[in-house]
Order: sequence, then structure tokens, then C-alpha cells
Amino acid sequence: MDTLLYLARRIAQALVVILIVTVVVFGLLHALPGGPARGILGPQATPQQITLFNHDQGLDRPLPVQYLYYLRQLLHGDLGTSYTLNEAVSRLIEQRLPKTLVLTVLSAVLGLVLAIPLGMWQAVRRNKPADYVITTFSFVAYSTPVYFLGLVLVLVFTQLVRWFPSQAPQGDTVGQVFADPVALVLPVVTGAASMVAVFSRYMRAATLENLSEDYVRTARAGGSRQRAILFKHVFRNSLTPVIAMLGYYVPVLFGGALVVEQLFNYPGMGLLFWSAAQSSDYPVLLGCVLVISVATVVGTLLADVVQRIVDPRVKAGRT
Amino acid sequence: MSVQSAGRWGLVAQFPAPLIARFARNRLAVGGLLVVALFLLFCFVGPTLYSTDQIHTDLTQVNLHPSGSHWLGTDAVGHDELGRLMYGGKVSLLVGLAAGVLATVIGTLWGSIAGYAGGWVDAVMMRIVDAGIAIPALFILLVVSAITTPGVPGLIVILGLVSWLVPSRLVRAETLTLKRRDYVLTLRAIGGTHGRAIARHILPNSVSTIVVAATFQVADAILLVAYVSYLGLGVQPPSTDWGGMLSAGLTAAYSGRWWLIVPPGLAIILVVCAFNAIGDGLRDAFDVRGRG
Repeated sequence: MDTLLYLARRIAQALVVILIVTVVVFGLLHALPGGPARGILGPQATPQQITLFNHDQGLDRPLPVQYLYYLRQLLHGDLGTSYTLNEAVSRLIEQRLPKTLVLTVLSAVLGLVLAIPLGMWQAVRRNKPADYVITTFSFVAYSTPVYFLGLVLVLVFTQLVRWFPSQAPQGDTVGQVFADPVALVLPVVTGAASMVAVFSRYMRAATLENLSEDYVRTARAGGSRQRAILFKHVFRNSLTPVIAMLGYYVPVLFGGALVVEQLFNYPGMGLLFWSAAQSSDYPVLLGCVLVISVATVVGTLLADVVQRIVDPRVKAGRT
Repeated sequence: MSVQSAGRWGLVAQFPAPLIARFARNRLAVGGLLVVALFLLFCFVGPTLYSTDQIHTDLTQVNLHPSGSHWLGTDAVGHDELGRLMYGGKVSLLVGLAAGVLATVIGTLWGSIAGYAGGWVDAVMMRIVDAGIAIPALFILLVVSAITTPGVPGLIVILGLVSWLVPSRLVRAETLTLKRRDYVLTLRAIGGTHGRAIARHILPNSVSTIVVAATFQVADAILLVAYVSYLGLGVQPPSTDWGGMLSAGLTAAYSGRWWLIVPPGLAIILVVCAFNAIGDGLRDAFDVRGRG
């Protein structure tokens, strides 16, 4: 019952957050000087043309009216129509989002698969050379701008040794993307690097915390071997909170995709957003930010709920 | 823990000798401090020893390889690359430091007021923070870059405005525990105002959390400054920053002019690493929980 109540409250909170996001994004995009008419019609447009365009698009009505109209459309699943691509925004996102998900999910999986053993190993070898080496690596990986890392990888692997192409798969569907796995390597690795850095730190901290718990001492006193304790108890207890952190990491993953897609010319949602920003395509910008924000809010919600279910101690702590 | 000492000297009382000793034992953190000091010297004192013209272009000296007269070569319009590293570093460090501090100040005020007020005010203020965190900063910056290209002060404000959210959460959490302490309740009982409670007790006692958050915030801001040029929001020529040098060198790198991207890239990585290492060291020395 307690958990249900908590769940209901968290979902209500998430809905409020999404509503605030729509207000913020709507306000930000409509506060732009010049407006979209200039962007679409070009600098040669006459004032009459601009007035007509604004009237057609409903841009001459008061902002609150426009916002309410926007919200009503939203509830019907209508994100508007792109100014430049002449297609429904929901349709564009439908086409592009799966490809971005392929990229982010692969990066996240690769990142976790590397980060978890590294973090555990660091915890076990705390303050030994291995720990320092991996810590230094994490610091460097975390501190490298994604586009610089991508550029260095491209230069090394397409110019020095010609192992991978410098362009990501260009297919329109997810199937076509997977048809060219070699071209996916560099984008996925670029996206995974900072994940390895961040999550190996989390895993190291979680493992260290568990190693200092009473149950480990008890198990050790009971004669269990270090290795058995580590893999049977500590691993499981450290892994769940670290996996839950993924929920909070959703915005970073999308931010990374934005840069990676632009760098490798991968036609996902990040590239869609990038070109929309160049042409002041408001409906597309609004739609993308909204989808990403909803994904982030849902991710955070899941992370909170998972942590609460897995670890009853969280109940006492969080509000 | 000395963190509990309140009042006017709260700040001083929180930097006792054991703290410095604990920080000094962390070799990474001390190394970080050293790197930051070296880069500050390099960028702000360096140009007086190694004087170069970074304003005018010199088309007789373009794209030169590193050599005795130009240690790091020259770029596509004839600027000496080593001099440019100093010149751009000034902007990167200045904007990063200022934006990081600004973000921490906004976050501290927001978080302490939300946490201290509690109830509805807290709920509304923190939902706004949640909403802000749900929109990735890079997306906002890209939208802003579609509208305007700000100067250095504008850049500092924009970066500060997109990155105060995490510190506000940390300070709020700290405030929630501090506001129930006896000395705060006593101050209220003898007629002290809320503002006084926050200024005299809550903030001085949160100093460790705030200082650690600020250090990480500066690291993130310097990294964000590098992204900003890539997104087309950076400072305009002839001025530049490390991120701008990287963006300008992107195409040159494909034709083998590595010296245009490797030095600014390494400079960013080193400085951001250094601030993160200092933050780690401070966090361990203060014994506060912050970022993982």
C-alpha cells in the first residue's frame, strides 16, 4: 500500500515536471527574435508575406492561446508539421528515434559491460596501481569533449589504419543500419567512452560500500572465501543501484547522441534536431526536446522506483 | 566534525589543519592543483614572455609545421599556435571559472531557499529543477545558438543558467538536515528572521558541500565552453577559446595538420581532469557525499 501511494505520488510529480517542460520549451522557442517566418521565407520576404505566414501558422495569436492550442494538439498525439521538411513531426521522430535508440542502447550496453568489471576490480584493488590507472583513465575519458574523442578516433582508424569508415550507416530503417555493423563501431565506441568513465566510478563506490557492510564481515568470519563473497553477494548488491543510475543518465546519453550523430553523419534524431536548429524549424525542435524530456522523466521515475523496491533502506532516506 | 561550528567564523573553522593534511595526502588532487596553477601561469603570464600577434592575420605565415620559430606551428590565417593556446586559454578558463561560480551561486540560493521553506514552495521549486534537468543542456545551447552569438559576458550568463540545477539539489538536501538543528531553532525562537537563519547558519555550514560542488561545476563548465564553440555559440574571431581552436582545426586535421587540434584538445582534457581531481580530493577531505 505504502509503495502504491509512493508510486502514485511520483507519477503525479512526473506529469507536473513534463507540463513545466512544455511551458519552458514553448516559452523559450517563442521568445526568439525574428520568429520562424524569416527563417522559412528567407530575408527577401515582404512584410505582407510574413503577416500571412504568421496568420496561417497561428503565430499572430496571444501566446497563452497558442500554448493551450499546442497542448490540446499534443494530447491528440499531434506534434505539428515541420516548416522545412513538410512532414508531420511525429512521423519524422517515428522514423529517426529508433536509429538513435540503436546507437544509445549499444553505447550504453558496451559502456556497462566494460565499466562494471573495471569498477569492481578497482574496489578490490583499492589504492593499488590498477586502481590508480583506471581512475586516471576515467578522469581522462570523462574530461574529453565527445567531438574531440570522435575526431581522434576517426583520424586514427580511417587515416592511420583503415579499419573503419568515417561515416555511420546511412540506412533508413534499423535493419539497414545493422546491415553495416562495421560502420557502427566508431560511433558506438565514441558514445560509450564517457559511460565507462562514469559507471566504473559508480561501481567502484558501490562495491566499496558493500565490502564494508556487516554481512561481508559475517560471511568472512563464517569462513566464506573472498571470491565467493564478492561474486555471490557484493556483486548483486552493488549492481542494482548502478543499473538504476542508468535512469538518471538518459539526458547525457541523448546529449552524446546529438554530437555523435552530427560527427558521423548518422541520420537519427540528433541530426534531425541539429538541422532543425539551423533552419529555426520550431515544431521539430519542440517535438524532439519534448520526446527526450519525457524519456528522461520516465528514466528518472524508473530509477527511483527500482531503487526503492530493491533497497528498502531508500524508503527512509528520500522524500 | 568541525563542520558543525556555526557563526561568523564558521568558514574559517572548517579549514583546520587535518583537512589540509588529508587533501595533501591525495596525490591526484595535489597534482590537479599543480596543473591548474601551471595553466593559469601559462595563459595569463605566458603572453608577457612569449609575445605573439593574435589579432592580425599574417598570410605569409599560414599552416607552418611546428619549428624553432613557431613551436606549435601556425594556423590557417598565420596565428602562432602556441601563442593562440595562451590567448584562447584565457577565455576558456575565465568563462569556465565564472560560469561555474555563477551556477553554484544560483544553485545555492535556489536550493537553500527551497529546502528551508519546505512544503509547497519547496515542491514547486524542485519540480522546476526536475524539468530543467530533463532538458539536456546541449539541446538548449543549440537552440540558443540558432538565435544569437553572445560575447564573453553573455556566454557566462547562458552557461550559468543551464548548469545550476545539480548544485541546487545538493544544497537543498544539506539545508533539509541543517534547518532542524538546535542553533537554527534557537535563532528562530529568539526572533531571528528566516533570511538571517539562512545567511548565518545554513550557508556557512553548507560550505563544504558548496565548495566541492563549485569545483566540479567549474570542471563541467570548462568542458561545456568547449562544446559551445562546436555548436556555433562561441566567442567570435579574432578572439577564440580552446573549443573554438578545436572547431577551427577540424577540417585541417583531416589534411594532416594535427598541431591545430591536439594542443587545445589536450589542454581541455588536462584542465578538466585537474578540476575534477581537486573536487575529488576536497570531497574526501571534507567527507561530504556528492557526485559518485
